[in-house]
Amino acid sequence: MADTSLARNSAAPDTSAIQDAYLAMTRTKRMYGGIMLVIFIALMTSGFMLADSRNAGGFWDGILNIFAFPGEVLAEAREKVTLIPALMVKFFPSLIETVNIAAASTLIGGLLAVVLSLLSTRGLARFPTLVGPFRRLMDILRAVPEIVIALVLIFILGGGPVPAMIAIALHTAGALGKLFSEVNENASLKPLEGLESVGANWTQRMILGVVPQVAPNWLSYALLRFEINIRASAILGFVGSGGIGYDLKNAFSWGQGRYDEVAAIFILLFLTIVLFDQLSSHYRNKLVGKV
Amino acid sequence: MSATAEMVTGGNPAQDAVARFRRKQIAGFAVPAVILAYFVYLFFAFDIAGLVDRARMDNAKILVADSYSYKTHITHDNRNGGVSFAIEGENKGTYPDGMMPGFVTSTGEDAVKITLDAGEVAEIEGSTLRYSLPDYGTVTVTVEGRDISLETPDGTIPDWISASNARVNITGEGGRATVTRARTEVYVYSYGWELFWFTLDSPFYGKSFAELVTLAVSGEQVIEGQSNFAAMLSEVWNNSMWRHKDVIWAIFETILMAFLGTMGAAIVALPMAFIAARNFNRLASLRFAIRRVFDFVRGVDGLIWTIILSRAFGPGPMTGALAILITDTGSFGKIFSEALENVDDKQIEGVTSTGAKPLQRYRFGVIPQITPVLLSQVLYYLESNTRSATVIGAITGGGIGLLLTQAIITQKDWEEVSYYIMLIIIMVIFMDTVSGWLRRKLIRSDDSGV
Repeated sequence: MADTSLARNSAAPDTSAIQDAYLAMTRTKRMYGGIMLVIFIALMTSGFMLADSRNAGGFWDGILNIFAFPGEVLAEAREKVTLIPALMVKFFPSLIETVNIAAASTLIGGLLAVVLSLLSTRGLARFPTLVGPFRRLMDILRAVPEIVIALVLIFILGGGPVPAMIAIALHTAGALGKLFSEVNENASLKPLEGLESVGANWTQRMILGVVPQVAPNWLSYALLRFEINIRASAILGFVGSGGIGYDLKNAFSWGQGRYDEVAAIFILLFLTIVLFDQLSSHYRNKLVGKV
Repeated sequence: MSATAEMVTGGNPAQDAVARFRRKQIAGFAVPAVILAYFVYLFFAFDIAGLVDRARMDNAKILVADSYSYKTHITHDNRNGGVSFAIEGENKGTYPDGMMPGFVTSTGEDAVKITLDAGEVAEIEGSTLRYSLPDYGTVTVTVEGRDISLETPDGTIPDWISASNARVNITGEGGRATVTRARTEVYVYSYGWELFWFTLDSPFYGKSFAELVTLAVSGEQVIEGQSNFAAMLSEVWNNSMWRHKDVIWAIFETILMAFLGTMGAAIVALPMAFIAARNFNRLASLRFAIRRVFDFVRGVDGLIWTIILSRAFGPGPMTGALAILITDTGSFGKIFSEALENVDDKQIEGVTSTGAKPLQRYRFGVIPQITPVLLSQVLYYLESNTRSATVIGAITGGGIGLLLTQAIITQKDWEEVSYYIMLIIIMVIFMDTVSGWLRRKLIRSDDSGV
């Protein structure tokens, strides 16, 4: 009897201490959470007001006019609806150019990324001491916005699709290189040992030992990148030159009277993006499902 | 897939293996061949051959040279007389009266002597220019009324001088000179980014770092009513040549666009994702509708949203933020609803068993499970949107993207272009670091889910 009451007495302060500690921890956690929330809300509102004040048109004026421009475009497109198919045919070559820019840059960037990723994966690298520099190189390639390279290259190479292609390819090399090297890290080293034992050199080891293991994942990432690059190549066309973006800019800056062209390009761009989105997600599912 | 299935049913394993090898061999040649064929097609489609002709390597040279050096123009006005000195020939970089660069000495009325690199010397005396090269001698160019006369030591014109009736260009080792009827101009190249801190009209111009430090700590006020340190800061901040104030604001605006857009998109997308997730919304039609909204918003590219919004809101950071917000609502909605469909029901049941109401069930049963996915995606997008905001700024006119395009369009302030490029890279790397740090910090500390 005495024993049990003693045990109860000694246990009681223990649980209450745990409870107190738990409640205190919850309180501090809640407080931190609350403070974070307050800071976040303050940042959002002040940011919103600042952005609003530095914008040419205010937010509230704009939000009321948001349908004005699409309305104008739609109205003109409806008037000239019979012309739209012809316009879509007219702009089709530019669309092909945009898709070509995206495809070429994904291809070139992807090939570069393969090399860079193999050189910057520990355990696979040809020059193990250079793993760090190659990783930094990929970081820099990824960090430079495409528009910077594109604009500088336009100055040197003149207009056309090539500056955009090089700009996107360099960015792709950095972005895919990082993802590829993450995939490479999971590759089994056993095939490599086997190949090494029969005297394969580094290139042969990579092509025969690593690539078959990682190719499906590489392809899946590359397809996703292709989808992103189509959007990027349309945007770069608008800012620089080449492809459907450039036509859109011309039609857009012409203003009223060419809104049928704007509408036609909008439709083309929308359909293309949705099409490649669907295609790439279909094939990605297939590739990853196979692994 | 179907081909392999057929072969497996074909029986004989040896034949099978041979067939597979053959397929691999064919693929091994076909894939590179297709890629090569595509590149050949591109070679013609993109007119690479023509590109080589059109490429302006001299532009590349200017770009590279300008990014680490600047030139000072020493100009004599041949019509009205008078010599002026201006950095990059700009108004804002013109030396005030009575002040001249260190390599120029005044030799009389309307006459200066310019000491160039490589032992070359240029002298301007009225409308006469004497350009002396150590191994060659002195070239004299005189403007008399409508004529420009050129005199060289041996009477012939070497290929580094181009001369016509209206214009004479001399390209030496240490400098360059141009003479037209209107003006005689000598360009002197020097290393560095001149006037980066203080412009010529600033009292702090030309002082060494040590002098500046002494000035900053000493009591004597250079500008009345301001401490020296504050005055220096304000001189740098308001530098009219490099426009530090505008540039820093532009960088800030770009980050603001990315921040507002990404966070706004996450806030908008989260409730919509609940409606689009199968396990939280039993109404298939509503689910379908919201998903199509996500698809539509993603399909209408950021470019189109930017254009539509820039019409309604005008140039500025708000337009960019909204463009990012709308585009990313689609992406976030898709990612979040997929994450929601993968949540573990057991935790929700556990919370329900304690008598939690629906809102509490979401708060304590669902949110802790999706927080890591949500946060890491939001932070990843924040980083990538900093880059997008640069491009969007170039389209709508706001932020550093606008400054960059403007500087490139004028085609002469290449040192500014390289400055902006450096700032953009620093900005992106900074955001990358911050978002990576936050991601590690937040996701680890949120393990308990409270």
